[in-house]
Amino acid sequence: MIEGIGLLSLAIWVPIAAGVLILITGGDKNADGQRTLALLGSVLGFLVTLPLWTGFDNASAAMQFVEVAEWVPAYNIHYRLGVDGISMLFVLLNSFTTILVVLAGWAVIKVRTGQYMAAFLIQSGLLNGVFVALDGMLFYVFFEAMLIPLYLIIGMWGGPNRVYAAIKFFLYTLLGSLLMLVSLVYLYFQSGGSFEILAWHRVPLTMVAQTLLFIAFFFAFAVKVPMWPVHTWLPDAHVEAPTGGSVVLAAITLKVGAYGFLRFILPILPDASREYAYVIIALSLIAVVYIGLVALVQSDMKKLIAYSSIAHMGFVTLGFFLFNPLGIEGGLVQMISHGFISAAMFLCVGVMYDRVHSRQIADYGGVANTMPRFAAFFMLFAMANAGLPGTSGFVGEFMVILGAVQVNFWWAFLAATTLIFGAAYTLWMYKRVVFGAIGNEHVAEMKDIDSREFVVLGLLAVCVLGMGLYPLPFTEVMHTSVENLLAHVAHSKLAY
Amino acid sequence: MNFTVPDFTPALPEIFVLGMTCLILLSDSLFKDRGWNYPLTIFTLVVAAAITVLTSVPQIQFTFSGQFVDDAMADVLKLVAYFSTLAVVIYSRPYLLERGLLKGEFFVLVLFALLGMMVMISANHFISLYIGLELLSLSLYALVALQRDSAQATEAAMKYFVLGALASGFLLYGMSLLYGLTGTLELPAMAQILQAGVQNEMVLVFGLVFLIAGLGFKLGVAPFHMWVPDIYQGAPSAVTLFVGSAPKLAAFAITMRLLVDGLHPQVENWQGMLAVMAVLSLAIGNLAAIMQTNIKRMLAYSTISHMGFLLLGIMSGTFAGYTAGMFYVIAYVLMSLGSFGLVVYLSRNGLEAENLDDFRGLNSRNPWLAALMAILMFSMAGLPPFVGFYAKLAILQSLVGAGFVWLAVVAVMFSLIGAFYYLRVVKVLYFDTPKADAPIYTAIPDVQALLSINGLAVLMLGIMPQPLITLCTYAMQMTLQ
Repeated sequence: MIEGIGLLSLAIWVPIAAGVLILITGGDKNADGQRTLALLGSVLGFLVTLPLWTGFDNASAAMQFVEVAEWVPAYNIHYRLGVDGISMLFVLLNSFTTILVVLAGWAVIKVRTGQYMAAFLIQSGLLNGVFVALDGMLFYVFFEAMLIPLYLIIGMWGGPNRVYAAIKFFLYTLLGSLLMLVSLVYLYFQSGGSFEILAWHRVPLTMVAQTLLFIAFFFAFAVKVPMWPVHTWLPDAHVEAPTGGSVVLAAITLKVGAYGFLRFILPILPDASREYAYVIIALSLIAVVYIGLVALVQSDMKKLIAYSSIAHMGFVTLGFFLFNPLGIEGGLVQMISHGFISAAMFLCVGVMYDRVHSRQIADYGGVANTMPRFAAFFMLFAMANAGLPGTSGFVGEFMVILGAVQVNFWWAFLAATTLIFGAAYTLWMYKRVVFGAIGNEHVAEMKDIDSREFVVLGLLAVCVLGMGLYPLPFTEVMHTSVENLLAHVAHSKLAY
Repeated sequence: MNFTVPDFTPALPEIFVLGMTCLILLSDSLFKDRGWNYPLTIFTLVVAAAITVLTSVPQIQFTFSGQFVDDAMADVLKLVAYFSTLAVVIYSRPYLLERGLLKGEFFVLVLFALLGMMVMISANHFISLYIGLELLSLSLYALVALQRDSAQATEAAMKYFVLGALASGFLLYGMSLLYGLTGTLELPAMAQILQAGVQNEMVLVFGLVFLIAGLGFKLGVAPFHMWVPDIYQGAPSAVTLFVGSAPKLAAFAITMRLLVDGLHPQVENWQGMLAVMAVLSLAIGNLAAIMQTNIKRMLAYSTISHMGFLLLGIMSGTFAGYTAGMFYVIAYVLMSLGSFGLVVYLSRNGLEAENLDDFRGLNSRNPWLAALMAILMFSMAGLPPFVGFYAKLAILQSLVGAGFVWLAVVAVMFSLIGAFYYLRVVKVLYFDTPKADAPIYTAIPDVQALLSINGLAVLMLGIMPQPLITLCTYAMQMTLQ
């Protein structure tokens, strides 16, 4: 621990400082320097988060690496940071993903490179802030502020319909979060003038208040997850965003919504959560089954992966509202694993897009003939996306299904259909794109991945396989915190 | 009748500004060299600020037989008014110079308007309040018509004058009714009489309605907002910059003086009216702004919605609400100065940067100016980490604290709609490609420096809002003790 400034502060501010530094260096004539600076900033940002894992006390459910400072005393807002088993891994995942994003945009982004890199670094710092903030208003500030860089990323470097997608993305997510803002202010008064999230966990609330707050928070987080039927922004945003934007969107920002369920809804509104769990479970199962079918008929690869993301996130919310350790831990594992897999899938599409400039499945065919190394990686990630045992995709889904069986067999049955649909849409796409005869002259001209792309995909392959074969280091971190959370949820707040 | 000399010290800044304005008026007509106007104006503003700070005392001081009050709220608002007038003068100089409008009249009228605002801010009496208001309004009418060969500006000035005079009439009629009822024109005395209760409640509410209608005109809130878009669009940008910034401080001040100092016993009666006006303003302002392609007109509608938000703070009728209102108005003036300042700054070489199209691809032409504009737009949309977010948060806090949760929900829903057109400006700045003939802007050092400070202040106050909150809380505490 460094004196004075804590690790969590570093995790937030190192990337942001690097981003600002890049912006100061000026325009495109310094592009190479800016790229190097971005890589340095993202690697440094990842390195400062590593001690969080090595120094983490698995046996404690309390917040660790806590930092508290006064921020706005007039409203009792504090700069209060800390991580527990639920949030710690996301900080690492986010900082790790930033490195991949910087590498993925290295050669592809040729205009306004500095702004591109800076936007991702600032975004990364803000996202870390979301995961470690323990003050409701600090959380909100990060939660909202992260929309700004992402809006610019989609709008500036996105595809032809990028403006529509960027504005839709922004307004959709803002709709949810503004209702949350009123809820936060309401909780401030209910708790006697405090924005501390952990204090809110103990505030007694009537059922009416819990219901209204549940609706407001649910909107805020369900839009982010996104849950059916408020998911429609996601396919648009994914399709139009540049590869890096899609990666961050899928790997990290979707997790913010699910994280909000665990940090706010379950512990602050336990009675409403139990009362309305069936709504969430129903919506989650719809996401798993219906969105799985929707993914099957997509002709655009990015759209297909976007729908597959929604289906996978349905698993996460399903697991959370089962109220047993397997379900919640399974959901968390699924979030991390989806972070790796969706990032990898989008990067794979990005690799092909950079060469052929098309995302349509029909424009490919026989890629394995020209890009054998790439095809091998893509195969691994496609299998992981389908939930093949031995890959990380299997672990989370299996845990959630086991958790669901304990509660209701038919929920588990419906959830398990994802193993079929997932395999169907992923592998069918894979078959059409990679196998067969070479589809056209564009595919014939494709060059196999270079060393930079090899490193990016290789790192992800290691993560996907490592987590799939030996998930214990991930689950043991979360176990105590999840038990603590469940004990908390079981305790009614109405009795006061 | 014995005559005592009143204590002049509380009114020293006003006296100084008046003297200097007359001096500038004289020097402009006596000497051929007009170059002195600009430095003299800046000198006036800086020294007035110094006088205000030096003569500031924690106690409330009354002078001129209770017509004039000097308290902490007045001092703070006046300081912000000096700053914004200073910014207006600096921002608009190149613009006016290019169009041949940089004459003595501009400086004199701006300073007279400032003096009017100062009197309004310190008014403790219906008469002084009205004198200040008319001084401000008359100066503004003339300023709007400054570009006399522009048909649009002349039309705007006529509209402004007719509607403004009507509003003044409303205000006066309300005042006369209240005077008839209470027999006093002095605000604190009126509060005492009303506290004891009056016989004819009907006349009282009647007077209140007229008073609030007049205030609504001056603030530019719905349904008295019709003049705002036309005047903002029609006036030369440099004048719009002025009309859209500092006078809001004075309008806030007289609303506070009239409703809180004078008519607080009637809080239940004016609360409802303010709530209706606020919600209407949020609705009309935000919805109408979506359709605008002229950025000045769009910002005019956005002003209407901001003033609606401000009214919500005053409406809550609590100390927290008044403090939030003051915070909001100061934050708003900062944002408004910056955004209109940029419009003025970009209007060069005979080109008016008025339409959204003129801002296309500003990021690829001048990234720094685009970043400043984006900061201001995000701040106006109420996103963190910019000062506009805390201004909104403060209002929401006061609403929820006073039990108006549903109004808070309505307010945030309308700010969601509002976010759309601010986002559209950012879209134009960043996502669109510039027009082929779009000019490259070379920096004008002093203007660009102040614009940068202005924009960065919006960001810094968003990251560290506490100093401004402390200042507003202190001012309100000292004023409403």
